[in-house]
Formats: sequence, structure tokens, C-alpha cells
Amino acid sequence: MSLTELSITELHSRLARREVSALEVARAHLDRIEALDPMTVRAMLTVTRDHAERQARAADARLTAGETAPLLGIPVVLKDVLTTRGIRTTAGSKILERFVPLEDGTITQRLAEAGTIMLGKSNMDEFAMGSSTENSSFFPTRNPWDLDRVPGGSSGGSAAAVGAEFAPFSLGTDTGGSIRQPGALCGVIGFKPTYGRVSRYGLIAFASSLDQIGPFTRTVEDCALVMNAIAGHDPCDSTSLQAPVPDYTAALQKEPSLKGVRLALPREYFDVEGMEPGVEAAVKAAINQLESLGAELGEVSLPHTRYGLATYYLIAPAECSANLARYDGVKYSLSIREPGAGLWDVYERSRGEGFGREVKRRVILGTYALSSGYYDAYYLKAQKVRTLIKQDFDSVFEHYDAVVGPTSPTVAFPIGAKTQDPLAMYLNDLFTIPTSLAGLPGISVPAGLSNGLPVGLQIIGKALDESGVLRIAHAFEQSTHWHTLRSPIAQMDAATARSA
Amino acid sequence: MTITRAEVAHVARLARLGLSDDEMDRLASELDHILDAMQELRQLDTSAIPPTAQVIPLQNVMREDVARPSYPAEEILQNAPVAHDGQFLVPPVLE
Repeated sequence: MSLTELSITELHSRLARREVSALEVARAHLDRIEALDPMTVRAMLTVTRDHAERQARAADARLTAGETAPLLGIPVVLKDVLTTRGIRTTAGSKILERFVPLEDGTITQRLAEAGTIMLGKSNMDEFAMGSSTENSSFFPTRNPWDLDRVPGGSSGGSAAAVGAEFAPFSLGTDTGGSIRQPGALCGVIGFKPTYGRVSRYGLIAFASSLDQIGPFTRTVEDCALVMNAIAGHDPCDSTSLQAPVPDYTAALQKEPSLKGVRLALPREYFDVEGMEPGVEAAVKAAINQLESLGAELGEVSLPHTRYGLATYYLIAPAECSANLARYDGVKYSLSIREPGAGLWDVYERSRGEGFGREVKRRVILGTYALSSGYYDAYYLKAQKVRTLIKQDFDSVFEHYDAVVGPTSPTVAFPIGAKTQDPLAMYLNDLFTIPTSLAGLPGISVPAGLSNGLPVGLQIIGKALDESGVLRIAHAFEQSTHWHTLRSPIAQMDAATARSA
Repeated sequence: MTITRAEVAHVARLARLGLSDDEMDRLASELDHILDAMQELRQLDTSAIPPTAQVIPLQNVMREDVARPSYPAEEILQNAPVAHDGQFLVPPVLE
């Protein structure tokens, strides 16, 4: 078995026994990325070989000294929206094409302290706005299961990197589904923790009341290990929660059983227009599996689900229009300055040329929703409906431990299929948006195939109950084989690719 | 809903976002379409519902005001589009 096939847990045991060095592990992954990525999925915006080799040598020194931390020497890919000191960070946007941050974000720093090896920065929809990674200012990323299809988005590069076995784990960010949906479409695990569980310091902001960082992995156990490293309070992020962080691996049981676990099936997440029959069938089979593990199922209603999209597409653009005001062509972004141009000209030209189509659409929509005369009818109204959506979940959680359903209504769709119709693209997030608006933790786990493409099962938990979500996901995973299926690109050998 | 080009131009001005004529036309029709879909929120009576701006039970979080070293000006200016004499060069503000 080659090193790039191994999970975090498997790599860790070989590193800890010194059967392999961190430098060898890093090089195996870097070689694979360099040989395969440019001609296949194009997950990466920047590959940081020198930086990775330096980190790997430092990890080897720690391992030699007898340290055995779980992530020591483990390679990682970061979504290019997380700041990295001295390494270009673009947020997928031309306006930040040459931006080199002065500092690491809190999570970049925590991963470095845990001993991970950063291989590079992954492609994404511009400023995390999109569901297909086609909105990157640079190039689209492709799905490792079918190169003619999208990997989902906005964290498509990070999901594809794990699905193509370029790294055992990566980080993405989720505002309305941007970890869970690409996780589902690329056949990997994608986990959005509770809002406030993971520090956002050093995450380039899109919608501050929704954004959250989380991992992509190939096993639930790996997901728990990464959560152990990234969760917890940070004084630099005033929205990060003070709550104690449990050992997430403690929630995982050797014998998968869900005896006594009460799972809610929301009526609104099934038999929905636009939902593919193959997706519905796979998710229903997954639910039968959960029942056979001992879970008690009950049908419930989340009556305001259908209002989630409209609510989200007012709140998120409103917040983005404020957050993106900082790209003014003066401090650190693209700047278009014609001779004789005044300040306003520089603002308008720089932003007009630096932002792509979807970002402009959302800045205009958000500014409109916040503007005088429309604020009450749109923004305030959306905030009130957000309350209703949160209350839906609150009442279900009085009687249930978790909510289960599909992650996305469809499998990966062809590149270009939805780029001309923003509303069709927004529908991808139908089942992930309500969770985001309510700030709840949600995971997508591989749960079957439809027409040969991965389907994700979504498990949504109570606020701060990441352990409960991981426990259910783990029991499901351990009793099925879906997570062991490898994408065609994962099965491609780097050496063959080079000689071909 | 009918969003006019003039309204898009007004909002673009508020957002300091330069748009071409084609972009304004396209955005007017797209916005029309999107805001139409959002009208469904009006079906809900929310007169007694408080708004949710964020979901966590935290307000006015303060941290200790402790001095810490800042970055050297030269480092910060490496990202400046135009710098002059150790400062950001700003376009003319008064016309």
C-alpha cells in the first residue's frame, strides 16, 4: 500500500514506530500532487514544497525525540481562504492574487504546533461564494470521480484533494454548506462544527455570522482527531465559544451500536422537487442501516425549511457586502489607478475589475437588502425568519438526538450545467443552509453511489454536540463499506501518470 | 418586482463597485428574478418574532488590553499596491 492511500491514523502509527519519516510521507504526497493534479482535478492553487519539507524535517526531529502527537508528521491541504504567513492567500479571487499575509491564522498556527505538514493551498469559489468551485478567479476544480463534473463548493479544492488522495486531510470553510456539499460530491467526510467552536481568526470573512472552519477526511476517526486539534476558544475571535472541548475520539465505539439514539427524519428533506431518485434511494438505505444499528427513528417536520434559501441569500450577501468593503485598492488588494483618477474612481475600478460575477451579484444583492427603504422588508425580515428556522431545530431536539437526511439533492453535476442560472445553483444548498442559519454541527458521510457517483448522508446535531454527531457517523461508517470506495483519480498511480 | 438599471447603478455606487453597461443590464434582470423568489418570505407573519443576528449567547466580548509588538512598517507595506516614503499612497481625496 502506498503512503498516499493511508489515513491519518495509519500514517501516525507508521510515523510513531519510525517505519517511515515525515519527510518521506510529505514527499510521497507532494510528488503525487505534482504528477497528477495539473492534468486531472486541479485542486491546488499553490503547492508549498519547500515549506512542507522544512516542516517535515522539524516533525522528524520531534518524532526522533520521542514525541507521538496524533497529527505529528501528517500532511494537510488548506483552503486558500485561511491566511498563511509568507504564503500567498487569494480566497480564490483576482483581487487578492498577490496578497501575502503577515501572519498565520489561529487554526493554521494550531495545526503547525500539532506538527502537521502543509502541502499547499486549495482552489475555491471566489470568497467562498458558490457550490461548484467554478467561481474561482483562476480555474475550475474537477471531481476526482468524474473529471467532467464539479467537485461541489465552495471548498471544492480541499474536498477533491482528499478524494484524489493528495492529502489524508484538508480544511475547508462552510457558510451555507461549503464543506458538507463538496464532501458529499467527492465521496469524503466533511464536517462543519457548531458556529463558534473553531476560531475564525485568520479566516478571510464572507458572512461572519455563518462562517465556520472544518475538516475533510477519509474516516470519521480521522475527523475526530483533527477536531481535537482545531476546536476550542481563541481570545482573538470574539465569537469563539468558551465551552470545554472533549476528546472527540472518546465518542467513537469499537462495536457500532446506536441503541437508544433517537434520530429525526424531517419530512421536508425527502420527496423534494429536484431531488434525484438515486440520491433519495441511497439515503433511505442508509437510514435503514442506522435503524438496524439500533437507532429509534421518527418522522418530524422542520416547517420553515423551504424559507431557508431565501433567508440565507439575503443574510449572507448582506454580510458579504460589508465584509468585502475592505478591498478598496488602497491597502493590500488589486489597485487600478489611471493618471488623474480620484479616490472613488480607484475604488470602483479596482473592485469592478477585481471581483468576479458571483461576488458582484452578491455585493449588489446585499447592498440592496441593507439599503435605506429596503432594510426592513429584506434584511430584517430574513433575520426574523432565521429565528423561526432555529426554533424548528430547537423543538425537534427536545425529543431527538440528531437529524438525518441527504446532504445534497443531487450527485456531482457536469461542469457548466448550472453556471447560467444562479437560482438553480443555490438549490444545491437546500439541505445544508438551515443548519448553518441555526449554527448547528453537521457532517456528511459517504453513503452510497448513484450512477457511479458518491452520495452523502447528512447528520445534524445539537449545538456543541460534535461528539454525538461523530458517534453516529462512526457507527454508520463502521457498518458500511462506502468510505472504502476510492475515486478513479485516487486509484491512479503517480508514476504511471508521469510516464503516460 | 421590477428592478431598473438605475436602481442597480444606485446600489453599485453605494457599494463603490464599478460595473459595465452590460453588467448592469444583466444584474437588473438577475436581481429581479432572485428578489422575486424571496417574496415568499412575505407569506410568514413575523410581527412577533425577534430577529436573529447571530446564534451564540455572547455579547460584547472584551479581552485584556495588553500591548503586543506590531509588525514592522516595511513588512506591512509589502502588500501595499503603491507605497511612498514608508506610507500607503492614497489617490487624491479632494477633487
